[in-house]
Amino acid sequence: MAALYESYTLCALADTGPEGTRAIEPDRDRDRVVITESGRAVTVYKVSDQKPLGSWTVKQGQCITSPAVYNPPTKEYVVVTDEKVVRVWKDEDISIEKAFKATVSAEVYRLHSVPDREPLVLFRHGAVRFLDSLLAAPQQTIEEVLSEEEVIRWSAAVQMEQQLVLLFSTEQRGQHCLYVQRFSPNALVKHRLETDSTNSTPLSYAATYRDGNIHLLYLCNGSVYESVLQARPTVPAVSGTVQALPRSLLLKLPVGEGELTAASALPVDESHIAVVGVPHPLAGAGKDYLCLWNTHFQTLQAARELAGKIYGQLWCFSGKLFVPHGKILSVIPFECQKSSLAAAMGKLKQTSGTNESSGPTLVPTWNALLHSNQTQTQENSRGVGSEKEVQKQVEEFLHGSQPEELQLTAGRLASALVMRCQADPTFYPQAAFTQLVQTNYLCHSGCPDLLVLTLEKNDFRLCQLCLQLFQDIPEAVTCCCLKTILSFQDSELEQVDLEDGLLFMKALTQTAEVSDDGDSGQHNGFCPPVLEEEICDAPPDSEAPGTRPAREPLALDMSCPVGLHKGALLNEVLQVPYSDSLLLPHLKDLNVPQVLLFLQYLRFLYLKYSQDAHSRIPALRKPTVTQIMDWVCLLLDAHFTVLALTPEAKSLLTSLHKFVRSQVKLYSELGKIEGSLEALKKSKQSREIGQYSIEVIELF
Amino acid sequence: MGEFNVHRVRFFDYMPSAIRALAFQPQRERIAVARTDGTVEIFNRADCFFQEKVIPGRQQAATEALAWVGDRLFSAGLNGEIIEYDLDNNKTKYTIDAYGGPIWSITSNKQGTHLAVGCEDGTVKLFEVHEDRIQFERNLAKQKGRIISLSWHPSGSKIVAGMMDVIHIFDTETGKLRALAFPSYDLLGTSRSQECVVWSVVYLSDGTIISGDSAGKVKMWDSRTGTLIKSHQVTKWDVLTLSVSQDETSLAVGTSEGHVVQFQFLSMVLGQEDKEWVRTRTFKNHTHDVRAVLEVNTAIVSGGMDTQFVVRPLLDKIDERGQASALRNIQFPHRRLVSCARKAGLLLFQYPGHLELWRLGESEGNGERKRENTTLSIKRKRWIAYSTVASFRLYRLHCENNNVSIIKVSKLPKVLSSANQICFSSDSSHLFVASTCSSVHVAILNQSGCKFVCTLKPKSGSGQAINLLAASEDGKWLASANSDHEVQIYNLNKMKPHCTVPVHSSGVSAMAIHPTTNNLFMVHADQQLTEYSVEKKQYTDWSRQVQRHGLHSLWLERDTPVTNVTFNPKNPAHIVLHDMYMFCIIDQTLPLPDQRSQFYNQLTLRSMPEKERKKHSHAFKMCKIFKELLFVELMEDQSLVVVERPLMDITAQLPAPVRQKKFAT
Repeated sequence: MAALYESYTLCALADTGPEGTRAIEPDRDRDRVVITESGRAVTVYKVSDQKPLGSWTVKQGQCITSPAVYNPPTKEYVVVTDEKVVRVWKDEDISIEKAFKATVSAEVYRLHSVPDREPLVLFRHGAVRFLDSLLAAPQQTIEEVLSEEEVIRWSAAVQMEQQLVLLFSTEQRGQHCLYVQRFSPNALVKHRLETDSTNSTPLSYAATYRDGNIHLLYLCNGSVYESVLQARPTVPAVSGTVQALPRSLLLKLPVGEGELTAASALPVDESHIAVVGVPHPLAGAGKDYLCLWNTHFQTLQAARELAGKIYGQLWCFSGKLFVPHGKILSVIPFECQKSSLAAAMGKLKQTSGTNESSGPTLVPTWNALLHSNQTQTQENSRGVGSEKEVQKQVEEFLHGSQPEELQLTAGRLASALVMRCQADPTFYPQAAFTQLVQTNYLCHSGCPDLLVLTLEKNDFRLCQLCLQLFQDIPEAVTCCCLKTILSFQDSELEQVDLEDGLLFMKALTQTAEVSDDGDSGQHNGFCPPVLEEEICDAPPDSEAPGTRPAREPLALDMSCPVGLHKGALLNEVLQVPYSDSLLLPHLKDLNVPQVLLFLQYLRFLYLKYSQDAHSRIPALRKPTVTQIMDWVCLLLDAHFTVLALTPEAKSLLTSLHKFVRSQVKLYSELGKIEGSLEALKKSKQSREIGQYSIEVIELF
Repeated sequence: MGEFNVHRVRFFDYMPSAIRALAFQPQRERIAVARTDGTVEIFNRADCFFQEKVIPGRQQAATEALAWVGDRLFSAGLNGEIIEYDLDNNKTKYTIDAYGGPIWSITSNKQGTHLAVGCEDGTVKLFEVHEDRIQFERNLAKQKGRIISLSWHPSGSKIVAGMMDVIHIFDTETGKLRALAFPSYDLLGTSRSQECVVWSVVYLSDGTIISGDSAGKVKMWDSRTGTLIKSHQVTKWDVLTLSVSQDETSLAVGTSEGHVVQFQFLSMVLGQEDKEWVRTRTFKNHTHDVRAVLEVNTAIVSGGMDTQFVVRPLLDKIDERGQASALRNIQFPHRRLVSCARKAGLLLFQYPGHLELWRLGESEGNGERKRENTTLSIKRKRWIAYSTVASFRLYRLHCENNNVSIIKVSKLPKVLSSANQICFSSDSSHLFVASTCSSVHVAILNQSGCKFVCTLKPKSGSGQAINLLAASEDGKWLASANSDHEVQIYNLNKMKPHCTVPVHSSGVSAMAIHPTTNNLFMVHADQQLTEYSVEKKQYTDWSRQVQRHGLHSLWLERDTPVTNVTFNPKNPAHIVLHDMYMFCIIDQTLPLPDQRSQFYNQLTLRSMPEKERKKHSHAFKMCKIFKELLFVELMEDQSLVVVERPLMDITAQLPAPVRQKKFAT
């Protein structure tokens, strides 16, 4: 987790147009920086005190062309004015004018301070010297490495364990190149930088040394690319060929509509980069944001809106970001923890000291939520408080919470309540549970013991709710529910208010009575299969057709084998999502009477459905025919051998068999009808007649 | 009966023209139809709506309206001319320019003394009708904007004119705008931003004016006060045409979405005198603009862009079910547009502006066909003759292998200037040209050219034009039928009239002389069949038997006339007939169908064993397996040529209708 802390202003900025020479360089210790500004002034600041320690300006008419750097070995400051004049002074010098100065023979592009070494001087045409060797002979001839039109855009010195490397990028007619200057032995390698198109100029560069490699980061077209340069080139540079530098996309920044003009990306550790001048992904098109991005997980870790104009400049020294914006230079301390997925997702375990780092975050974190407002409710649910109090508190909590918070906390709260119920058998806040379940934010995995608890407490109303609303009930628990419901006596269930499910069952059994009275209910082409069976199986008997309906075993069987309440609960079980292979082993736990009862009930449902009864019953939830059939199949699969050996099951199985056979027959007949209708359709299509044909007709 | 090779031809791209105007002559029950190609057709309402005459015209005339004055027919068009037609000889009698720019409407007064035309320049011009001409009388007060529609008051003293946004009433005596002219039309109801065209007006004898306009409204006005009595929104689109019945109790309205709406003048309370115009019926027989409607006593006749001539009977005025109570939809002309050389296997298609000569394929299976674009009208064997309104042409046709060439015969007798019908003798030695006043010119054809022989004239002295000619195979007889239903037979050996067939009440729609028996076989518009022995000058036994026995009701109920008769050269008892929906072979040796027997019995016979067929078969071998037929003929080699023109193909060529089809409407 990365965070930006409270920022403070280091200094006011002079309002000058070109910010080209504004620069910040590290000074002798971690708390001091050298700020070169407005082309004329150099100031040394103590950062923590926000206080200037010393300030020097060049004379009117002169201009600082390369920012001042600190030269550690000599403890002097070095600056270049008017491109060719090198000035060196010490802390105690009052005026630069009186300090040492030397005029060199070529224009200097930039000075680079190197820890524990003499500064490097990069000339405008690509030549590089150490400062001491340059000052030893200021008028020495400086070779021209770059052509006349090639312009240096950026340069940096990177100190590796043993070696020093100077990198600089150039632009020539829209083409960008990177030069790598190594020392002892001196070697200059040129690479071509890949850019998407001709007009995409890299807005900022940054180079860091890490794990034996130089990582070059550049921001181009709203994307941050990374190129890795090996510290020691394995292949000696072949003169004449310019290799393209391979690059990888590190991060795609949300650019919005506008084009980026002044933006900068800076790596702050191996997995975080700080970006300034790029819009916040949630805050519209405004570009005045400083953002910390995690490049591993592509997540925005922290962001800060900055007032005033953004110059697209950004420095980072010893855990602080320096951002000039508007008329001030802000210092923003930050912290980046070692990145992990948990941290990226905001789920990192909170350490004790995190309170101080609770920086302003835009993304609500898991822990922040869990540790804020609801802790008290949770406390109450854990130990003290009667059922009523708990319910009241839960109600208040539900009213006062944001949806995304509820998502996180409802499960926890319910788990806490369940834990207390398990510990204290007399405690069971049914209303509170109901409210929590009805938020729709609860799921089985969020509170795994709740459903089992409802079964233990015989709270079938809540059990029904859970079955309806939980989408992730494990098959074992489903089976457990089924078992409990099947083994319960109908009389004991009658007191439970099951609302809609019960209405459906009532309607279903009522239509059963109606259709028992007459055959009016059977109008969907469903022909009671027994009629057919008898015609097929039995020898053509002399019985009058009028007596047949009385002999239909299915018609006799149309009474519901279970009570309405039990039926309603079973319907809920039928609609729970499951996967066959996982459910099958658990189904074997049912005993034979349970299986028989369930099968009878399923057969009842199926017969009802075949009579088109269900489609006329308005109900929000009702099992589909496919669900019923799947359960029948599963149940038979799980218990087939047992059922085959159970005499009581025989009639049930035969009736199921007959029924299925008749259904198969019906569907095959329907298939035939479909085929013949199709053929009819085809024959109706008149054949295409061209403009002229010779045919034969016959008249009679 | 046997098998026939059928050449099924669909490459005759016959395309009828849209109907632009209709006019009804109540005394003689004739309906004149003007089409957009300038043609005027005369239908006889009393004779099963038979198309008696076709008067060719020019498309440039852009006929907009028709008017009958007694028996005389006038038309006016956007070329600014008024045309009177010579209905005896099927041609234009004379043309006069009205000098008012394009003419939008023409109408006659009930007295038959005057014609009024509405012109583009805003004048209503009155013409006096004289015996043989019309004479310009005066302009009524000139208005700004074109006169779209006109209607006389039955008294003849007033005339109402529909214009853009305005209706005006003129006094025909003074020629002045009536004091009580209408307020600007659009003040009442129509939107000001859009111009409202008064497409049609009707002036009733009680002083009510009815207007139909482009806003889709039918409005009833009181002409005395100039106030709106009632407005009916009939359609979203335009109301294009209005027609009121003779007794002024019924009004037909044609709209551009293809509907015809009927209004009736009914008393709102039973037994009370107060009557109102009430919208009663909507007929949806057209797919496109209805440009013209007529209230014809017991039926509403309508025509429009979809080229159909629809007769919609008003069933409340018809007592018994029969011919008159059936919806009639006339799509094809009641005459032949195809001629055929039976020996050479050539087909000649008559288009409005050109002719096409085709040769039938010879091989079985993939019939090979050649296409010659020539410009012509009738032929037989080695000659092609055609006649336009202005001239007569004769060509010699050379047909060797696959090379077809035509050579114009240059010197023609002067008398052959224009023809209503042309016919060759079967041996190509003679040419018969039907001319004015039922006369027939005879010319001899030989290698050197064409030589006039004589003119045959009927004894009756009828002035009507001949619409059918038939020559006998042996070259001895020529039969001619005119639109007075007279059939005259001439003896070609003597070049004199031989006899006249007793006049039947219905016109002859097709006839031919039998090659072996020389019996003249005639089919009439009322579907009756008669056979007349030329030599014996009497009806044949078979014909008498048919009259006695009566034809099957299903035969009589057909609503398209037979347009071609041919005979089977191999079996003299076989006669081949066709109408638009069927062709039929009559076997005169078989018994006539009983009223109770199955008339369309081909399928039944097919399913029977050979021996039983004889018992059940009757004289009429009906075949309806083909699409809409323009022509059927039995060739010399016993093969049938069937020229189909599916209505679907015609419909596909029509412009898109304004009415957008919606689901379930």
